Amino acid sequence: MSKNIVSLENIAVSFDGEKVLNNISLDIKDKEFVTLLGPSGCGKTTTLRTIGGFITPDSGSVKFDGKDITSLPPYKRNVNTVFQRYALFPHLNVFENIAFGLKVKKFSDKEIQRRVGEMLELVNLKGFEKRSTDRLSGGQQQRVAIARALVNEPKVLLLDEPLGALDLKLRKEMQIELKRMQQRLEITFVYVTHDQEEALTMSDTVVVMKDGDILQVGSPVDIYNEPKNAFVADFIGESNILSGLMVKDLLVEISGKRFECVDTGFGENVGVDVVIRPEDIKLTDEKDAELSGVVQSVTFKGVHYEMVIETYDHNWLVHSTKAAEPGSTVGITFDPYDIHIMNKMK
Amino acid sequence: MKKLISTPYLLWMAVFIIVPLIMVAYFAVTTADGAFTFDNLAAVSQYANIFVRSIYLAAIATVICLVIAYPLVMILARIDVSFQSTVLMIVMLPMWMNFLLRTYAWMTLLGNNGLINMLFGLFGLGPFRMLNTQGAVVLGMVYNYLPFMILPLYNVIVKIDKSVIDAAHDLGCNNAGTFVKVILPLSVPGVMSGITMVFVPAISTFIISRMLGGGSNLLIGDLIEMQFLGNSYNPNLGAAISLVLMVIILLIMTLLNQFDDDEDRVLM
Repeated sequence: MSKNIVSLENIAVSFDGEKVLNNISLDIKDKEFVTLLGPSGCGKTTTLRTIGGFITPDSGSVKFDGKDITSLPPYKRNVNTVFQRYALFPHLNVFENIAFGLKVKKFSDKEIQRRVGEMLELVNLKGFEKRSTDRLSGGQQQRVAIARALVNEPKVLLLDEPLGALDLKLRKEMQIELKRMQQRLEITFVYVTHDQEEALTMSDTVVVMKDGDILQVGSPVDIYNEPKNAFVADFIGESNILSGLMVKDLLVEISGKRFECVDTGFGENVGVDVVIRPEDIKLTDEKDAELSGVVQSVTFKGVHYEMVIETYDHNWLVHSTKAAEPGSTVGITFDPYDIHIMNKMK
Repeated sequence: MKKLISTPYLLWMAVFIIVPLIMVAYFAVTTADGAFTFDNLAAVSQYANIFVRSIYLAAIATVICLVIAYPLVMILARIDVSFQSTVLMIVMLPMWMNFLLRTYAWMTLLGNNGLINMLFGLFGLGPFRMLNTQGAVVLGMVYNYLPFMILPLYNVIVKIDKSVIDAAHDLGCNNAGTFVKVILPLSVPGVMSGITMVFVPAISTFIISRMLGGGSNLLIGDLIEMQFLGNSYNPNLGAAISLVLMVIILLIMTLLNQFDDDEDRVLM
């Protein structure tokens, strides 16, 4: 088990009296790719800026490598940031931008040449040294921003929605590239995004946030398969979220029908949220199923069809490689382990 | 189509800018009878001391304006936006008052029996000679032209991306380092236009020196005015002086712009 490189303890932040972070605590392990995921306004960027030192929390402490750095200004912290809109220095060219941090730290010209050269190679920008930053494409500016941060060899790299401004194809390429960089350099990445797919693709650990709280911390697989509540389930991929009643251990009532499930410990006759992923639902003949409904729409999505099946109290989202006939009545079935039960959200 | 739209402007420029320039040049190289001569231009050299004084005083006023305006704008750029516009309006407010009136007010303040000396008198000090000094001329220039330094500086500095400043901190710069390495180089265009907008009117002013400088602190502006309206009526010499002044301003501005282009490299 590797050690914690960054620890947030009971961090509270408010702007103009409005609470942005509610006493959150989070441990980030060394050499890990951690993603802070949540809708806009959930406090993910504030959390990142607190680690970077741009925000001093109202209470709580930030520890770096075991040492308290809560009151340390950004320029004394061994972390570097890739900013949302890159924030390249417009008066400097590519080389000077990347060399900025090294010049501040008074490295020798030879050392600066060597390290900037290495970085340019890492981000595939060899030959761009003299280029002015406003003559770079979005993707190239992004690479300069990453190189400018990484050249300082920080222990932790903070990335604030770095791929947000790029088009889909470039974003996918950069996701893979960033992950590769992180593994090669063996440093910790803390990555902020609102894109759940991005989070699942790149992360070792995903931290789901909402309204200044951390809802769940876990591996992408855990977060997807065992979401803690309906919000997480809904945010991480598409889901059918239903109100249910936990009759007793291993038995849940949905839409007036009882189903076997694999969850225990919720108590008896307790209201719960039930999440069933659209890809876990199988359509059958209506005779063979407890639930049945009318096919409302069928949309071709490439790999699968997306269908909406209307039962008497819910519209079910179903993903299947086989299309049903619109307007026909079909049965809905799912296996016990595909029923995810979670406490009702307050 | 594009040509058609630009025609009135080109016409305007030809009639009111190019033609007068040619006329000034023509007057400068002719005698009162219209004969070609270099005598006027040669005669300008005898006023070298006035040229030097004008450049010197205008340069001092420009530097003082910059020294006052820069910190003010830095503070201004950090405060609340609604408050910013209030402060800017206060900066602009004196400009709504007539230029003569503003300068005349300083005469009554600085005079030997003026308000300031009266206050000193209460403590048994003075009276100090403040009016009719070079200091008074510089004060008049600074007072009148300060807004022309503040506004262009403000426009440039307020637009500097805050995240760029964050980035400098992130890369190890403390506040002083961030100022020298990022804010200062990025504000150079504002500094340059501020210098131009203060220096050019300051070097050619004549009312300020007339009212606050007395007879002994003649500037180029006064000299030119005397050739056209004064008792030493000689428009040909006046035109020659104007032409030389124009060339000097052009040279100084070219020199400054050179500095502008190299700025980022000089400071890095």
